[in-house]
Amino acid sequence: MSRERISGWGRTAWTSAEVIEVRDATDVKSAVGVDHRRGAIARGLGRAYGAAAQNAGGTVLACADDSRVENVVLDPVSGVLTAPAGLSLDALLRFSVPRGWFVPVTPGTRFVTLGGAVASDVHGKNHHVDGSFGEHVESIKVTLSSGEEVALSPNVNPEWFWATVGGMGLTGVVTEVSVRMLRVESSQVMVETKRLGNLDDVIASMSDSSDDDFRYSVAWVDMLASGRSLGRGVLTRGNHASASDAGGSDPCRYDPKVRLAAPPWVPNGLLNKFTVRAFNEVWYRKAPADAHVGLETIPAFFHPLDGVSKWNALYGSNGFIQYQFIVPLERVDVLRAVIGKFSEAGVASFLAVLKRMGKSNAAPMSFPTEGWTLTLDLAAGSPQLPGLLEHIDELVLDAGGRHYLAKDAHVSALAVERAYPRLDEWKNIRDEMDPRRLWISDLARRLRLVEEAS
Amino acid sequence: MKNGLGVPQNIVLFGGTSDIGCEIVRQMIQPGVANIVLVSRDIESAETRWSNLLGDDSQVNIHHVRFDGADASSMVEVVNEIVDEVGDLDVVVVAHALLGSEVDFLKDPVAAASVASVNYGATMVLLLALGERMKQQGYGRLCLLSSVAGMRVRWSNAVYGSTKAGIDGFALALDGELRRHGASLLVVRPGFVSTKMTAGMKKAPLSTTAEAVASATVKAIRGNGTVLWTPAALRFIFGLFRLLPETLWLRLPLG
Repeated sequence: MSRERISGWGRTAWTSAEVIEVRDATDVKSAVGVDHRRGAIARGLGRAYGAAAQNAGGTVLACADDSRVENVVLDPVSGVLTAPAGLSLDALLRFSVPRGWFVPVTPGTRFVTLGGAVASDVHGKNHHVDGSFGEHVESIKVTLSSGEEVALSPNVNPEWFWATVGGMGLTGVVTEVSVRMLRVESSQVMVETKRLGNLDDVIASMSDSSDDDFRYSVAWVDMLASGRSLGRGVLTRGNHASASDAGGSDPCRYDPKVRLAAPPWVPNGLLNKFTVRAFNEVWYRKAPADAHVGLETIPAFFHPLDGVSKWNALYGSNGFIQYQFIVPLERVDVLRAVIGKFSEAGVASFLAVLKRMGKSNAAPMSFPTEGWTLTLDLAAGSPQLPGLLEHIDELVLDAGGRHYLAKDAHVSALAVERAYPRLDEWKNIRDEMDPRRLWISDLARRLRLVEEAS
Repeated sequence: MKNGLGVPQNIVLFGGTSDIGCEIVRQMIQPGVANIVLVSRDIESAETRWSNLLGDDSQVNIHHVRFDGADASSMVEVVNEIVDEVGDLDVVVVAHALLGSEVDFLKDPVAAASVASVNYGATMVLLLALGERMKQQGYGRLCLLSSVAGMRVRWSNAVYGSTKAGIDGFALALDGELRRHGASLLVVRPGFVSTKMTAGMKKAPLSTTAEAVASATVKAIRGNGTVLWTPAALRFIFGLFRLLPETLWLRLPLG
């Protein structure tokens, strides 16, 4: 047990907590067996951008643990894989890809734990076809605040199962996950890349039926372009390559490398509107004007930023937030208004990603619904940001949209009440699973997701 | 709970009618701030002042709490009352103090004790109570208004200056302890500020305004530092002043 200062991946809103390492359900049981002033929360690899996996003045259960990869069981017929929840997708992929299996859903980084993937109900570039992570989960084991371990699935106690999927760790600690994997013939992706001159073209390309021919589809958007180029972007879409397309003697060879590391100190404001504008210009021009098709590796296509370790430090000591929202498909006008607002304010987003999402699932707190989701990285130090985002939050909420809690670092409790209509239903199930009200995080405090035990 | 943009949800001000304190808190109001707690001896004038300051359409909840800055024994209770009302304390500004410029302390020596109690003794108790709360929270930013008058004490302002010297020294030590638990403290050392507290006094060189002190303080509260001199040049001037031999120091025309 040690006292540590903790933040999310965005390196904002640091708070201090007692950290206890837990490897399995037995450890969790003994950790919850004592009183915790100001509660407890599970933490995986700390890739949630905001305060989802920290607990000011309380206890944080450190769950990430790649040492137990020998406990992974993969059924070679059904493709169902069962693993300790503290295992990272990185370790999982190193195990499964050479055997011809890929994770059904991966977020933009492979450095998340399975437990975190369930608790955030993460989505990836294939949401329009495959839905989010929770939809591929066969069953989970969860240790409750009572110390009891329960097995949950869409068939066994479905209410508790779906409350835990997307439940931000506030129902219990996920200790084991069984997930249906995806058969692949190679570790390569056949990727089509094309550049699109404005938002209308981006929207049109992602809306037509061709998008469903690609399992993976996402657009990078230049948030600083204005006028006729407003919302210009680069669309990349892909499918897993067949063994013959991938070629070579070992098409499933998988060897991800971290190539670069961010320097230990970076001045605040390195990523400003001038440097980002220059980057955007190069990035846009680099993409071929006409569709180009080529092979990319899994790391290059799915996890490009994982190639730079600690890239989050590039924002300097003020840190950054990742702002991700979704609006219904028909509200492209809101998308345009939001991009316009950012472009007008000259607020630079180093990363801006647009994706068309498929249908929502049964989890009351799961983020994805059918619509457009836009994701932006914003340096946190700018004094105009609170006002600008408040305005944009209103646009999003008025359109029936919502914010992604795994990313959130600033919305109000009211914004969550308005955007998640099943919030009260979830709170009731949560209270049933945690009658002693042990589980709490800084995110839950700010958004009043949990009545804090006094 | 503070958010990722550095905006505190809950702000507490001790000295709800203090010119500098009010200006600091006013400048901190932005989207995300939910509660402001104003702790004052005279809550009626604090109410009037703040309703004029904010108008009717403010989205911030204003809470008024009464306290007596001289009553050390009530401080723990006052802090508990505030926590019961709003929950975690994100930013607390301690701005109340007595100057006592109108008193001739040689003729009325006992009056010095009440200045010492408000500025030093009771404030120390308050900082201890707030510090304990922030340690429990695992985060929080405490801001104490000190003064350059405490950096080298002059006879003309000796009672006030020495209390500020004391509380300033205490606060610096408390900061070290808070930082081991995720919280921190900022000591603000303004020069001569034209406010109602100093009305009628002769202005010292490099005098400043409540607005300027507040704006520098708000920035420093967002940051992570321990000491703020305002205006910034005072840091170097007082660096020199503290080295001056007594004979020279006494001759300086500082009022």
